[in-house]
Amino acid sequence: MVRLEPRRQHSQAMVYLSPVLAILMTLIVGGIIFSFMGKNPFDALYTFFILPINNSYGISELFVKATPLVIIAIGLSMGFRANVWNIGAEGQLTMGAIFGGGLALYFYDSESMFLLPAMFVLGAIGGAFWGAIPALLRTRFNANEILTSLMLTYVATLFLSFLVHGPWRNPEGFNFPESRPFPDAGLLPVIYDGTRVHLGTAFAVLVVIAGWILLSKSVIGFQLRVVGKAPQAARHVGFRQKRMVWFTLLLGGALSGLAGLFEVAGPIGQLQPAISPGYGFTAIIVAFLGRLHPLGVLFGGLIMALTYLGGELAQITLGLPNAVTGLFQGILLFFLLACDVLTKYRVRFGTPAAKGEAA
Amino acid sequence: MNANLVKRTLAAVVATGALALGMGAAQAEDVKAGFVYVGPIGDHGWSYRHDIGRQAIEAALGDNATTSYVESVPEGADAERVIRQLAQTGHNLIFTTSFGFMNPTVKVAKQFPNVKFEHATGYKRDANVSTYAARFYEGRYVAGVIAGKMTKSNIVGYVGSFPIPEVVRGINAFMLGAWSVNPDVKVKIVWANTWYDPGKEGDAAKALIDQGADIMVQHTDSPAPLQVAENRGVVGFGQASDMIKFAPKAQLTAIVDHWDEYYVARAKAVMDGTWESIDTWGGIDSGMVDMAPYTNMPDDVKALAEETEAKIASGEIHPFAGPIYDQAGELRIKEGEDATDEMLLGMDWYIKGIDAELPK
Repeated sequence: MVRLEPRRQHSQAMVYLSPVLAILMTLIVGGIIFSFMGKNPFDALYTFFILPINNSYGISELFVKATPLVIIAIGLSMGFRANVWNIGAEGQLTMGAIFGGGLALYFYDSESMFLLPAMFVLGAIGGAFWGAIPALLRTRFNANEILTSLMLTYVATLFLSFLVHGPWRNPEGFNFPESRPFPDAGLLPVIYDGTRVHLGTAFAVLVVIAGWILLSKSVIGFQLRVVGKAPQAARHVGFRQKRMVWFTLLLGGALSGLAGLFEVAGPIGQLQPAISPGYGFTAIIVAFLGRLHPLGVLFGGLIMALTYLGGELAQITLGLPNAVTGLFQGILLFFLLACDVLTKYRVRFGTPAAKGEAA
Repeated sequence: MNANLVKRTLAAVVATGALALGMGAAQAEDVKAGFVYVGPIGDHGWSYRHDIGRQAIEAALGDNATTSYVESVPEGADAERVIRQLAQTGHNLIFTTSFGFMNPTVKVAKQFPNVKFEHATGYKRDANVSTYAARFYEGRYVAGVIAGKMTKSNIVGYVGSFPIPEVVRGINAFMLGAWSVNPDVKVKIVWANTWYDPGKEGDAAKALIDQGADIMVQHTDSPAPLQVAENRGVVGFGQASDMIKFAPKAQLTAIVDHWDEYYVARAKAVMDGTWESIDTWGGIDSGMVDMAPYTNMPDDVKALAEETEAKIASGEIHPFAGPIYDQAGELRIKEGEDATDEMLLGMDWYIKGIDAELPK
């Protein structure tokens, strides 16, 4: 009989080492898989993890890809700390893109310098609005926010599909389901010539810093941590859990909405039925990979972004299937969870001495 | 003196010859072709058929060609990077095989003027960007004729992807074919809002069969609707590739995309330096649209299908021959005229008689 027994005291160092360990084990297992596929494992790992970033353009693309992941994951990690499980970042991202992008489409021939800032505001409001619904349902009706936020994702993506197929379809676009291109005044400026690194990337760095300050220096950051770790104690000292639910869902929603707006006003430049290859969901892995800590999230976002870029190059130069990307992400998450479990629990063989097996 | 002159002349001749040879070698450029697919190559439909075309280049040009591909590339921010990576890694001919890759293709093409780009199903061209597509509506007309003969319930179930001109044109062509032999046929359409999602496509097919459809038509890329037809004992048509192995009892025929010759010709053009930006829209006569063997139908229907196919190839039948009215009753194509390519490419209206509303 194998069972897991909670460790009385778990190593603090291991909490931070476990992502590193998980990455190392992913590399080893990945190498083994590659060699079974008849590829030199070192070549393959080089292609996957080094080749994408061995020139300045590659590094710039890494930042572009990591931008939405980091922004969303910062917001999500705040909620996860307080045991608020917002799984619907993808929907909040979509609503942000709709709200902010809608403004750009309404003023499609605008040259105003105020258009872009106004789009930021609307993007954040759109995402926060979509986060507010699960917050209301949770605080008022005690409905599980995992379900409501996830289901609202599908509502949001179908709403976007409706808009670009119908009222917001480009009148000059041969009836194809896409909006007009945004006006130049509604596009994020590129901050480094010759790349696609846009203002959103700079904003992501600001979000990381702000998130770190919020968490470590502010009262609300302290409350977040206490509510998550010891809800009973939090109640005793008068922290209001409802307020935490509202705060984290609104914040997570607003950041996701901004991330969505940055995608459509940045690399995409218009609204179309598919604006995100699942950033809102991948950001959940990023948040945990980063230990729910803003700096960790930054690294987690870069690593997840790298697996996407590496997957593309592995197809181009090695002829490996696209599924390898998903495989890598899956293995990484598996090892991360396994490491976390083993940090908190001890594996015991044999039947327990005193207690029954119910646990 | 004389001997010297001869030597010098000889040397000059040899040098000129070598120069000419050298130039010849420089012109016969090796092809490194890159492909960007919107779906997985295992979709057994759209992307799969493009990948067959990619393999045809390797088979035809042998050592002079290498190819690579990237599959399941989302139509969004990622496409531009993938296309650029192909251009940067020495590919000199890049095929982007979905409509949503149009803007990124044109954008990257501007930055790599020496690389040739081929974009499928789009309308934006440039000095180094060609477009190509196939007149699948011709095949859909043939399928419509077969359906008109085969249906007993007179209800056809149609799984659409997106209400874009390509798909609307297909529905119209199919119904024109069906009505040419059976004016009582009705069509029920479900929009799956995806090109490839076997689950959604299959669900759509089930809903249509529950509503009495005994013919299944699809404009999505997986074999799922046809498999549902097989399980529920009705018949239908394969999409993009011959799907007979997924539905041996249900597939009547399939409208097969046949890119092989076009891809090989374009790769050869790059090789001998004759590549030019062109717009190609090939039909049954060009071989781009191919009909899979006619199966699971009586001999007279088979003969009629073959005849229709031959007449379309020869130009005797044009699927969109006037008079054709739209749903509002407005005459769109006059008696004695055929639809122009421009009209076909922008088709955003149903023909009169289709009892459905185009999603707006």
